[in-house]
Amino acid sequence: MPQVTFIEHNGTAHTVQAVIGKSLMEAAVDNAVPGIDADCGGACACATCHVFVAPEWEAKTGTRNEAEVAMLNFAAEVKPNSRLSCQIEITAAHDGLVVHMPDGQH
Amino acid sequence: MAETDRVIIVGAGHGGGAVAATLRQYGFKGAITVIGTEPLAPYQRPPLSKAWLKGEADAASLALRPPAFYAKANIDLRLATTVTAIDPGAKTVTTDAGDTIGYDWLILATGARARRLPIPGMELAGVLELRSAADADQLKAALGPGKRLAVVGGGYIGLEAAASATALGAIVTVIERENRVLARVASVELSEAYQVAHRRRGVVIELSAQVAALEGVDGRITGVRLGDGRLIACDVALVGVGAVANIELAQAAGIACDLGITVDLAARTSDPSVFAIGDCTWRPLPHYGRDFRLESVPNALEQARQAAASICGRALAAPEVPWFWSDQFDLKLQIVGLNFGATHTVVRGDPATESFAVFHLTDDNRLRAVEAVNMADAFMAGRLLIAKNRELAPAQICDMSVAMKDLTV
Repeated sequence: MPQVTFIEHNGTAHTVQAVIGKSLMEAAVDNAVPGIDADCGGACACATCHVFVAPEWEAKTGTRNEAEVAMLNFAAEVKPNSRLSCQIEITAAHDGLVVHMPDGQH
Repeated sequence: MAETDRVIIVGAGHGGGAVAATLRQYGFKGAITVIGTEPLAPYQRPPLSKAWLKGEADAASLALRPPAFYAKANIDLRLATTVTAIDPGAKTVTTDAGDTIGYDWLILATGARARRLPIPGMELAGVLELRSAADADQLKAALGPGKRLAVVGGGYIGLEAAASATALGAIVTVIERENRVLARVASVELSEAYQVAHRRRGVVIELSAQVAALEGVDGRITGVRLGDGRLIACDVALVGVGAVANIELAQAAGIACDLGITVDLAARTSDPSVFAIGDCTWRPLPHYGRDFRLESVPNALEQARQAAASICGRALAAPEVPWFWSDQFDLKLQIVGLNFGATHTVVRGDPATESFAVFHLTDDNRLRAVEAVNMADAFMAGRLLIAKNRELAPAQICDMSVAMKDLTV
């Protein structure tokens, strides 16, 4: 199983096992990573699973879809490497993936 | 909060599971016991009428947390167990397993149950409701290509199930008492768009239709008899006519109730040691200056955070503007706000394109609610604009050349 790392705004890192075929958001929720609330359960309806993908991983995590772009336009602290983690499906290529979380995501 | 504090959570649904996890996230060190009637660990209900019904989700993806989470977080999950009484004086609950358990803090997350219709035939086999995973399994087993599904009630659950069943090849008729679907929960504009969308995809919708009885042969449903005498033949019927809050336990314990268990913005009930969260609550809506009962996951999660913060002595987050979502076919509906106090609507986009949003405004053009279909930016802008309560220019809202983002700055 690929290992992925979520880094809180205060620098605390959480390295967890992700499951191929599930979303990056689910890896966070399944492992109780604070800061990924995912209120809508992955329906791309709430923007509470916002992450920043580390630059070296942007190519492997793909591009934002249309609904995701619209949601992220209104998220706090949006950056060019912002993604909704519910829209990133984990593959074997994501072993070692690092994402950062914004401040104040609950 | 003391390290020896004991929390009991009554109800192991979305709210019950979330508040247990949130308490640990907020640093609560004491004992947490979650007691739920269903045999399953807390799971997400929204997919039941959507991905689950269509076979696109499994039990693991439905689960709110993986099974190992509860032991790891030291949360005592007692499933298939029902709390039968609360003694607020002694601070204990009694279960149908015969246990009496003491608490320092009690959190009621008892949810809501499907409203039952007072008509003949409700007891027939093949007459289903959709609240639990067990309900969804029964419905799923009854659906398939060529199967005839009659949906009694054109609300969200009925329409979502109709969309999923249609995708599975079933022949679906929705029977609605009012003159439009979603009559209780949506605007006329939205209702009309959903009627068109469903009919375009093959769903038959009967409006202003009374249901006289459910009819069957050998104890199994064969059709829905309408008030005008017509029979809608079916293999299975789904009754989705609203929900009733489970407040009886609280009432019996002397806790104040209205249409739900009355709580404040800290999710506290009339008993200072008892909180209530989710569908079972009658709660203040600070953006609207009134109390109301909300049936939604975001509401349950907001109140879970309120209760956990109250118990852990943390500051409460600013109140959220209520929001909802519903996925039907390829229509992504996102609603923010409630139209209390709204007197007129402005539509952005063209409903015929299935990408549009209905903005609900007050007399002085302050935003109360947005219903957005395949238009996420209108939903997100609405969240900000309702909270800001600022006067808007209706002409700008309908002008597609004005970006939603620009309305919020």
